[in-house]
Amino acid sequence: MSETTTNNQAVDESTDPDLQAEFDARLAADQKVEPRDWMPEKYRKTMIRQIAQHAHSEIIGQQPEGNWITRAPTLKRKAILMAKVQDEAGHGLYLYSAAETLGVSRDELMDMLHTGRQKYSSIFNYPTLSWADMGAVGWLVDGAAITNQVMLTRTSYGPYARAMIRICKEESFHQRQGYEIMLTLCNGTEAQKAMAQDALDRWWWPSLAMFGPPDAESTHTAQSVAWKIKRETNDELRQKFVDMTVPQAEILGLTIPDPDLEWDAEAGHYRFGEIDWDDFWQVVKGNGPCNRERIAHKTKAWDDGAWVRQAAVQHTRRASQASPSENLVLSPSDAGAA
Amino acid sequence: MSYDVPPVEGEVEAEANEGTAGEFPLWEVFVRADRGLNHVHAGSLHAPDAETAARNARDVYTRRQEGVSVWVVPSSAIYASDPDDREAWFDSEKPYRHPTFYELPDEVGHM
Ligand SMILES: [Fe+2]
Ligand SMILES: [Fe+2]
Repeated sequence: MSETTTNNQAVDESTDPDLQAEFDARLAADQKVEPRDWMPEKYRKTMIRQIAQHAHSEIIGQQPEGNWITRAPTLKRKAILMAKVQDEAGHGLYLYSAAETLGVSRDELMDMLHTGRQKYSSIFNYPTLSWADMGAVGWLVDGAAITNQVMLTRTSYGPYARAMIRICKEESFHQRQGYEIMLTLCNGTEAQKAMAQDALDRWWWPSLAMFGPPDAESTHTAQSVAWKIKRETNDELRQKFVDMTVPQAEILGLTIPDPDLEWDAEAGHYRFGEIDWDDFWQVVKGNGPCNRERIAHKTKAWDDGAWVRQAAVQHTRRASQASPSENLVLSPSDAGAA
Repeated sequence: MSYDVPPVEGEVEAEANEGTAGEFPLWEVFVRADRGLNHVHAGSLHAPDAETAARNARDVYTRRQEGVSVWVVPSSAIYASDPDDREAWFDSEKPYRHPTFYELPDEVGHM
């Protein structure tokens, strides 16, 4: 997904009215912005920020579920969970590549994550306390992610939109396996069903908060909508998620922990209670239950792997000195077959 | 938003930069979905050498049998046309290159 940023990267600080007009016309015509097109610096920066945060979220998002791989109840569940966590690593990689098309390097992005200069979704700063959390996370957190990501398949920046299409194809497995875990627990013993209810109780509100502050307080949503980076607002997406999820909870026979939740027949939507935004902001600002642990774990893995990366670079250098043409594995006839 | 975290203190904007000397080079990945089809660009990844790039491409881009063959090409080896030349290169209309340009009597039938 680098889409060749290699020559004439269009980094242009000037605001040439012709270029600006061309950019505006492209957005108005619902055409994608591609890496080497001229774009306003603010658009580029906003895009880098959002794609990087998204990538970091996928990568850090491996930790809450990775936590249960060794304790999965069956071999089948273990294999499924490993496949899901591996997908999340893949999602992170697609997205880092998309961010790099905008002129930032992978190393810089890693460093910004490790030093807290860029953020990731707050949802991954909550702990996964029981096996039922693997169900709740797949069902609710991946469910919320899908709601957001389906919208982003139509985002205005081409490489980001293409990464989203690939990701969305993989996400529905994530949500379904999570829901199936919940279903199995809910059809099990009383204790198992209680475990599922407890997981729902803990993950429900953070999942709603995951869509971000209400539109009225969300300072940068309007610009993102104007640039067609986002096609729907935080509140619209949150409502969509609630409407979709409440009936799914009913099928499980679980109770959503919101006394104010009710069906508004006239509007055709569920009305829900007030989100605890103080808690949300605490977690965003770094004071959630797992913020420090997540970054410490990520940084340690990066540092522990440093010698492997160095050795790989050395190995490549020596190998290319020994036989410079070793990497040319395609014969001309192979290439012609394309 | 989900992944679009509201701005908080301590956050800074990423600056355009070239990366560090130790960073693995970038490779473009092409995947053949099945015999008889072209290799198609799937994405890119960083790896120290071609063989590792191909192995990693397998894990990153073909986890669900999306391919039967992968190619990896150093991104630096790709020369791309300039977007500013697009009109000169691609937009010239030559309708007579298309079959619909020619009006023939109905009796001719399908041609
Ligand atoms: Fe994901
Ligand atoms: Fe997922």
